[in-house]
Amino acid sequence: MAESALRFVSIYPMLLGTYGDGGNLRVLTMRARARGYEIEPIELDAGEPVPSVADLYLLGGGEDDAQVAAVRTLRTDGGLARAVDAGAVVFGVCAGYQLLGKEFPGSNGVLEPGLELLDVTTSRLPKRAVGELLAEPVVGESLTQPLTGYENHAGGTRLGTDARALARVRAGVGNGVDGVEGAVQGRILGTYLHGPGLARNPELADLLLSWVIGSPLPPLDLADVEALRTERLSAVTPR
Amino acid sequence: MRLRAATSLGRLAGGLSRTLGRGDGFVIGGRVVLATCPDAFRQLVAGRRVAFVSATNGKTTTTRLLAAAMGAAGPVVTNTSGANMPAGLVAALARPQPGIPPSAPAVLEADETYLPGLLPATSAPLLVLGNLSRDQLDRVGEVAMVARRWRSIFAATPGVSAVANADDPHVAWAAGVIPNVTWVSVGNTWTADSVLCPSCGAILRRDDRDWSCACGFRRPEVAWRLDDGDVVTPDGERHPLQLHLPGTANQANAVMAVVAADALGVPPSVSVPAMSSVVSVGGRYQTVNLGGRRVRLLLGKNPAGWAEMFGMLAPAPAPVVIAINARAADGKDPSWLWDVPFEKLADRFVVATGERRHDLAVRLTYADVPHVTVEDPWTTESAMPAEVGSPGAHPLDAVGTYTAFRELLRRGGGANDG
Repeated sequence: MAESALRFVSIYPMLLGTYGDGGNLRVLTMRARARGYEIEPIELDAGEPVPSVADLYLLGGGEDDAQVAAVRTLRTDGGLARAVDAGAVVFGVCAGYQLLGKEFPGSNGVLEPGLELLDVTTSRLPKRAVGELLAEPVVGESLTQPLTGYENHAGGTRLGTDARALARVRAGVGNGVDGVEGAVQGRILGTYLHGPGLARNPELADLLLSWVIGSPLPPLDLADVEALRTERLSAVTPR
Repeated sequence: MRLRAATSLGRLAGGLSRTLGRGDGFVIGGRVVLATCPDAFRQLVAGRRVAFVSATNGKTTTTRLLAAAMGAAGPVVTNTSGANMPAGLVAALARPQPGIPPSAPAVLEADETYLPGLLPATSAPLLVLGNLSRDQLDRVGEVAMVARRWRSIFAATPGVSAVANADDPHVAWAAGVIPNVTWVSVGNTWTADSVLCPSCGAILRRDDRDWSCACGFRRPEVAWRLDDGDVVTPDGERHPLQLHLPGTANQANAVMAVVAADALGVPPSVSVPAMSSVVSVGGRYQTVNLGGRRVRLLLGKNPAGWAEMFGMLAPAPAPVVIAINARAADGKDPSWLWDVPFEKLADRFVVATGERRHDLAVRLTYADVPHVTVEDPWTTESAMPAEVGSPGAHPLDAVGTYTAFRELLRRGGGANDG
């Protein structure tokens, strides 16, 4: 692999990949390559050391026990925290979003400390949130299109002062606190959007890529992606 | 008396549903029976030996094969249409079956989430437990949750016995509380849902079919196994399977059925030949006429099922039609499509259809698989894209999720043969 290749690391997809989130790595890799960038995608087996010099890290959704196993391994390893200090981009979905925060309910609801890379705290929702999620982005001019995805989680996630909301919920639950969805803090982005989220929201994928590359990317219109977005947006009734 | 009145009403509702063209009338009949007589299931299985077949994948086929095996030795009742929730089971048991005594054993396919609710109504049932993997996560929940529910109800069911797949750690853990288990090794091609030890949460060590954990939990000692297309008995006797169903997953289903039949008193010398009569299960692998061509129907409902699918398809460059729905019975979240290695289809042409064809099309786009979306490619011969070619000597393969598959079966006039 050439020196110039960008390295995208999927963290423990066997633990954090229950809901097809492995697709996010594929989407980012293909979209970056389509713009002429050389990408080295890396999928880490559980327990493999996390390289601290990669450009982008992905964490997906997973079951409670798997989430706890992942966070404990990551804390001991320390590689992800070092990468964040060095300015890496991190994208966490669902369980992967929660474990980036301060704490979350783990196995049997027992509170588990998170990695404290994102200023959010997760507690148990009274009722599991399952279904289509539609949200209007509020992070600025870089996101203009509605965010669409599927959520399946029992976590209510409260933002601390250092984190900003990603979007305002139009249908579904999202964070389940203050009517917002997701969190952004520096170059770390967390969300409850499965689908996978980056397959259904190419603008979000390109936002992450622009953080890695340091400048906006040229458009990449894929007809099938637009058709899926049109179909999914018409399938939900916004409030 | 209440049960008899209820079953009459159920037949009436079923007949009405068929007459109105609202379905095959089977499940609605069962719902009516249950509404009129909530205790119907207990009464209908009273006095019978009951075997429940449950798993994420293969339960319909295993049920069908076990019923065929048992049928070689005497009358048997079974729910052969894949209607595996309580109403479907009640409907199967309540329909009139001339010549079948009320004491005939029942071979029942049970949905993995409904199995716990059915156990207390039966006396000393035999459980036939295949595998657990991710499927319909919106309804069923995560795999570890299903295994936990199984384990606690198995522990609370006196007299229960089991034939269980030792190669699946979740199944081994759930069935481990049952004193009388016959452990079987049939393999487990999909291991992504059993990375962690179900007992302690640590990462499992794996070596082919074998697995173990540092906490001491390990694969149980196996009595029967599938080896290179043969059933191998505890005494080392080999019985070559004589199946007319394709793929290694069906060999695994057949071995589970052979061992279950043996536990119910029917030896392999009887059960193995009897299972060769099964050529299609609930319409799977059937060839029907659709849109002016011959089409072979395949069911592909989750990543574990798809892991076996690529080997069953006609060889490349044969095109394939894939129909994706996301109704309640399919699971409402089709993001599992990203867990299927569709890159393997890169040297074929794919027609994406079904209500969620756009989800599939995006997946195929990022997998570099040539494809097109068509709302309904079966209306006329010309509705099918030219890339598929004209109807030839070989049937076209069409793979569907559960409801998409059922729709193709219905439109093609295929038989729902159990």
